[in-house]
Amino acid sequence: MSLPPVPQPSAGSETTTSDAPAAIKVQIQGLNFFYGNHQVLRSISMDVPALQVTALIGPSGCGKTTLLRCMNRMHDLYPGNRYEGAIRVQPDGTDIIAPEVDPIQVRMRFGMVFQKPNPFPKSIFDNIAYGPRIHGLAKDSIELDEIVERSLERAGLWNEVKDRLEQPGTSLSGGQQQRLCIARAIAVGPDVILMDEPCSALDPIATAKVEELISELREQYSIVIVTHSMQQAARVSDRTAYFHLGKLIEVGETKQIFTNPIHRLTEDYITGRFG
Amino acid sequence: MEVSPPPSSRRLDKTVESFMVWVLRAGGWASVLVTFGIVLTLVTESWPFFREVPLIRLFQDTMWTPLFAQPQYGIGALLAGTLVTTGVALLVAIPLGTILAIYLSEFAEPKFRDWVKPMLELLSAVPTVVYGYFALLTLTPILQKIFPDLPQFSMLSAGLIMGVMIVPYVTSLGEDAMRSVPMLLREGAFALGDGKLGVAVRVVFPGAFSGLAAAYVLAISRAVGETMIVAIAAGLQPKMTFNPLESAATVTAFIVQVSLGDLPHGSIGYQSIFAAGAVLFLMTLGFNLAGHVLRKRFHRAT
Amino acid sequence: MSYERDFTVRPEPYQKQQEGRAHRRGTIDRNFRRLGFLLTLATLGILGILLLNLAMNGLARIDWQFMSSFPSRRAGEAGILSAWVGTLLLMLVTASAAIPFGVAAGIYLEEYASKNRWTDFVEINIANLAGVPSILYGLMALGLFVYQFRFGQSLLAGGLALGCLVLPIVIVATRESLRTIPSSIREAAFALGATKWQAVWHHLLPYSTGGIATGVILAMSRAIGESAPLITIGALTFIAFLPPAPLISHAPFVSGEWLFSPFTALPIQMFNWVSRPGEEFQSNAAAAGLILMVITLSMNAAAILLRRRAQRNITW
Ligand SMILES: Nc1ncnc2c1ncn2[C@@H]1O[C@H](COP(=O)(O)OP(=O)(O)O)[C@@H](O)[C@H]1O
Ligand SMILES: [Mg+2]
Repeated sequence: MSLPPVPQPSAGSETTTSDAPAAIKVQIQGLNFFYGNHQVLRSISMDVPALQVTALIGPSGCGKTTLLRCMNRMHDLYPGNRYEGAIRVQPDGTDIIAPEVDPIQVRMRFGMVFQKPNPFPKSIFDNIAYGPRIHGLAKDSIELDEIVERSLERAGLWNEVKDRLEQPGTSLSGGQQQRLCIARAIAVGPDVILMDEPCSALDPIATAKVEELISELREQYSIVIVTHSMQQAARVSDRTAYFHLGKLIEVGETKQIFTNPIHRLTEDYITGRFG
Repeated sequence: MEVSPPPSSRRLDKTVESFMVWVLRAGGWASVLVTFGIVLTLVTESWPFFREVPLIRLFQDTMWTPLFAQPQYGIGALLAGTLVTTGVALLVAIPLGTILAIYLSEFAEPKFRDWVKPMLELLSAVPTVVYGYFALLTLTPILQKIFPDLPQFSMLSAGLIMGVMIVPYVTSLGEDAMRSVPMLLREGAFALGDGKLGVAVRVVFPGAFSGLAAAYVLAISRAVGETMIVAIAAGLQPKMTFNPLESAATVTAFIVQVSLGDLPHGSIGYQSIFAAGAVLFLMTLGFNLAGHVLRKRFHRAT
Repeated sequence: MSYERDFTVRPEPYQKQQEGRAHRRGTIDRNFRRLGFLLTLATLGILGILLLNLAMNGLARIDWQFMSSFPSRRAGEAGILSAWVGTLLLMLVTASAAIPFGVAAGIYLEEYASKNRWTDFVEINIANLAGVPSILYGLMALGLFVYQFRFGQSLLAGGLALGCLVLPIVIVATRESLRTIPSSIREAAFALGATKWQAVWHHLLPYSTGGIATGVILAMSRAIGESAPLITIGALTFIAFLPPAPLISHAPFVSGEWLFSPFTALPIQMFNWVSRPGEEFQSNAAAAGLILMVITLSMNAAAILLRRRAQRNITW
């Protein structure tokens, strides 16, 4: 099946000039990705604006998770995976998939929240404190306490857990666990938070809480969220990118994508004709 | 556990990382080195023996008396002992172990099974010298009431007890294999109106066969290599006989018997136990590899 | 009931036959269930008989004198002092050899090694090693440790032989335990910027200690009961003394001299007594056997309970 050319969003370098509402945080440039010999992403180019929520949507298997995991070099953990192209993170313009770049540095700048909440079977406190500890982000225990409190506060969890920091993170409810995981990612001090269907394992009430949290987090973090729920994309995101079979079909303002998509495939998908 | 605080500069992390990879890899090597050590010792220490003794004599001679002035090297005499004791053990362990496996997998309540299985496994945790004691001092006198001519040391007594020891290998591995046969297959047969035992025998047993075969093969390997029970209860004198009511030494018992005496490095006795050991190694290697392959095949199939 | 053309009702004889068959199947199943249950009890009963037999013949022999005396020509004066001290020290050597190497190998194979021919070979090697007869470890120790490395017929040689013997148990337990940790936990650690070793040391190892401890206990219980490898290295001698103490009164306060001391151990002492004629020695053997059984069975029970608790406590 051949697809029409991808309508390109405004290129990164151009948008930095004046009238663009948001600065660019991440520029994905001609990204190809291979699991062994199996190419899953095909020349993806798009910008992720700073301090906004970008939603990645598309039918299952189109490569959303794969793209997200390129951005924190998760694919480096398994043998045989290969990147081509560049992912530049601003303001310094470092290409984070360049082989000489240390994936651990990348992961400190790109926090990740997974599909299923995966707290460590440790105390709530230790869950949050883990990242700061291994990176030596706190001078002493007082500073560490502050980081933990601040992270939990930002994740809207502080009031619920402040009296039970010593209890295991796994004792929390599913929604609380997912917010704990968000707090854990925040504690390392990333610029970008990557979320892979963060609500797919949660009930509607917990989902609403997490969505609310995402809207708040936007003030300090650039967020990329994969979701299979178009309502969710419409509710939480500023920009939306639609993928199909490993290609970026269309990216733009969420409102525009949902009301006036340019591409047939996008329209078919959001009107529920497939997916 | 307390996560150690900074200074975790990336350089330090990387040094620790590559150092630990080496440490861990050394652990991985250890297991290979042990095998290497076993093979190397068996080969080098039995080398003089096999150079002295033409291979043909191993099969021609009918007695195994390497320490005599007029030595005989019929390893068949030791192999017969191993064969008979193993055979007796399997006659106990395979039927009993299989019935227990079928019962636990297809009939028993899950709660009951969860308690019974580890308790059955205790049978293979009993120190073998205790089994030897039991065979010699308790079972043999009982058997002598049935077979009045039974000598004090007999392959029958040792074999029976060895059978009890290896039942858990058959039951445990066999039950695992049978339980991993998909429920769907069973339901098909039940739908046709088959009874539980019928389903177990006609569907589950064949479905789990390579898993069960692996269990049998590993049990055989255990029996062939078992030492203390036969050394204590079956006797230490090599004898070319296939009659379980007699006493005869196995390959393993021979090694014990020679080790009990004074054993100067490089003496013919010393060399002969390594020769016997090399034979034992080859036999069990065959069974172990077969068991491994069968188990892999079974896991891939389910 | 009318006997018209009602096809749902099968002709009489056929239905009877079916019912008869179903009935027979039910009986067979019931009987097999009974047989299975009885055989299970009978098999477990052997364990009980074993314990009872040892207790009847040996319990009376177990007292302070028995625990604190050296072996002797006179059965009534003999004891197991050098045997249990020997077993204790052997286990010290065995554990210090098997645990670090076994756990390291397990971690390496499960978390680090990439899947290739070499790891396939190591895998087969470990499977085979687990089935190598214990006496062959004794022969290896005799040729390698006793003569090649000149450790002599010592605690070091014996302990290392047993350490090699139980190494596969520790490796397999470590691997299985690591395998139960879901990969999402590993990814969580990596996503926070942990290095591989940090993920292992801070997460995977702590979360698998239950399983590893279970394996270690089983390994030690196996080692405690082993006699064949020790006999092969020539440990079956008359030992009426204790090895030099590991702790000494002057700096550096620890001494490795005991490692090179000759020794005896509980199962060997028992074997020695079993093979002697005379009822008195046999009750000594029963007493030693009872102690061995109680130790190994309680270690196994502990391992079972530990495994259960570990399974119950962690829900991923
Ligand atoms: N580890 C992997 N190895 C090989 N192929 C994979 C792997 N993970 C995903 N894929 C394939 O890559 C494609 C994209 O997968 P994914 O990124 O998970 O899709 P999405 O998240 O959009 O549902 C799918 O065809 C999937 O089969
Ligand atoms: Mg996905």
